[in-house]
Amino acid sequence: MGFQPPRYPWHPPVAAREAAQVVIAGGGLVGLTLALDLARQGIASVLLDEDDTVSTGSRAICWAKRTLEIYGRLGLGARFLEKGVTWNRGRVFHGEREAYAFDLLPEQGHEYPAFVNLQQYYAEAWLAEECAASGLVDLRWRHRVAAVEHRPDGALLRVETPGGEYQLEAEWLLACDGARSPIREGMGLPFLGQVFRDRFLIADVRMHAPFPAERWFWFDPPFHPGQSVLLHKQPDDIWRIDFQLGWEADPEAERDPARVRARVAAMLGPKVSFELEWVSVYSFRCRRIERFRHGRTIFLGDAAHQVSPFGARGGNGGVQDADNLAWKLAAVLRGATPALLDSYDRERVPAAEENILNSTRSTDFITPKTAACHAWRDAVLELSAAHGFARPLVNSGRLSRPAVLADSPLSTPDAEAWGGGLPPGAPAVDAPMLRAGQPDWLLRHLGREPVLLAFAGPGVPAAEAPAGLRRVVVAADERVGTLWDHSGLAAARWGARPGDAVLLRPDQHVAARFHAPSPAAIAAARARMMGEA
Amino acid sequence: MLRTEPRIEDPDGFYQAVMDAHRGLDEAAARRFDARLALILANHIGDAAVLRQAVALAAATGEAPAAPLPSAPA
Ligand SMILES: Cc1cc2nc3c(=O)[nH]c(=O)nc-3n(C[C@H](O)[C@H](O)[C@H](O)COP(=O)(O)OP(=O)(O)OC[C@H]3O[C@@H](n4cnc5c(N)ncnc54)[C@H](O)[C@@H]3O)c2cc1C
Repeated sequence: MGFQPPRYPWHPPVAAREAAQVVIAGGGLVGLTLALDLARQGIASVLLDEDDTVSTGSRAICWAKRTLEIYGRLGLGARFLEKGVTWNRGRVFHGEREAYAFDLLPEQGHEYPAFVNLQQYYAEAWLAEECAASGLVDLRWRHRVAAVEHRPDGALLRVETPGGEYQLEAEWLLACDGARSPIREGMGLPFLGQVFRDRFLIADVRMHAPFPAERWFWFDPPFHPGQSVLLHKQPDDIWRIDFQLGWEADPEAERDPARVRARVAAMLGPKVSFELEWVSVYSFRCRRIERFRHGRTIFLGDAAHQVSPFGARGGNGGVQDADNLAWKLAAVLRGATPALLDSYDRERVPAAEENILNSTRSTDFITPKTAACHAWRDAVLELSAAHGFARPLVNSGRLSRPAVLADSPLSTPDAEAWGGGLPPGAPAVDAPMLRAGQPDWLLRHLGREPVLLAFAGPGVPAAEAPAGLRRVVVAADERVGTLWDHSGLAAARWGARPGDAVLLRPDQHVAARFHAPSPAAIAAARARMMGEA
Repeated sequence: MLRTEPRIEDPDGFYQAVMDAHRGLDEAAARRFDARLALILANHIGDAAVLRQAVALAAATGEAPAAPLPSAPA
């Protein structure tokens, strides 16, 4: 059974003027993720979306491990794993031959795989369902933000609905209104970066095909000479096929179903029958606005930054924006210093920059700009089949990795020597645990509040947490009531010995780490983590 | 550090080997050959700083707009 797009009910305005503490403009992937994350922390929001359904057509399909971990915390991880297509392997073809294959997560001992493929509409529908069930998200479908007046103490929105318009006063306005962001345009913020002079035909095709659940990328295949093609499996027997077309292609003509069918048939051969689910022609951009926070208006997701899809960094990056902002906003609404929100810019702007850099490099490899660039690209591919040394140069997409918040003002730099492990700013890494004899996962215990992860071992107690800070103990030996790092993977991945402790932020990034710390040292790092230093 | 003093053993022999390899190649194939050769040599060198200096030296020497070179040979 395929996906049936929901039609959400909409309601006319209840008053000519209303007020809300938190208003989220845009109920796409990122707006819904943010609303649910806030709701999970007990924060109510009003979410406005001009449409009454989820994203249609060919959009995000690849969800990275970090995103799955975030959705795991929000209560959706099992659904992603169950419905999604798990894959770890990619293959690169050049001409008629396979150049090489690669494994994304050769390492065992993580609850979530490197990637799961799932249509964006499933993610959005599940998020909307959970938002509604939380009772804390006021979902307003077909409520379009028509105009915004920005003020020092918030924003005044004019909202249009099919049943008339109203004014909405927002103390905080979270702009998740997508790549064309009317809020960004209304503020006149330049969206700076590159447009790539190339076009891609993106087809979602329904078929029963013998291909494995792998990412296949062809450079210059016989069935589509001179261009690249990407094939990727989705649930419901749907496959994503991207055909590079070149800049000269006529987008209208290329969308013609007969023409698309001919391209797909040339690729699959005469024996595979298929139906076209969705066809679009895109050209891609890599760009961002300079700053994401503008007083009480804060930009997230595609409204703040946009990348080409080859690294699956758009949606995955936007989900990390929401993960980063939601705990900070919740803390500020509960009395933390608003300066904490400045760290959103300091952390997510470099993260967006990293996504743009990687996506730009991939796009440059896939779309060489001159004949000489083309020769270099082909030389890399020619060498890669026989010579391992050339494979790291092949760039068909550098797939999304979580940002390490290296220059975060919330981090306390290491005061002692560490031989590896997870430095301040790094996201927490999972490891298998045993709890009362039952298999469990480390990340499940970290939660959505500050936590001290304390390592213990035979004869070495776990560090004490200062008052008011939750502590999770991971022991190298079996003990009543603690997590047992029976495989030693947690100690190895975190570079931790018994007596060490790691202060984690609510988004599960490392704020500080210590050997045998005093509660006072941890308390100082916690204050800094909350923007107080 | 990029070494720029003469180091190639049998320079004429090396030059001839490259010319021989180019014989019969059309424009596009010749470009790919040059790129393969550069990639093989770059991998042999490996060191990122040396490679950066080599790219800068190549860019500063040809008809490309002159870029300032930190360690240009005299
Ligand atoms: C072909 C393709 C493939 C992709 N593949 C991947 C992938 O594999 N992995 C990945 O991570 N990402 C991928 N992406 C990127 C991903 O789809 C986007 O990054 C993601 O949708 C961004 O989410 P968002 O919520 O910021 O914006 P959107 O999803 O665009 O949501 C914006 C929302 O704002 C609403 N809105 C707009 N204006 C108003 C207004 N005035 N008032 C009220 N509401 C408004 C819209 O209705 C919409 O619901 C891909 C994109 C494309 C095009």
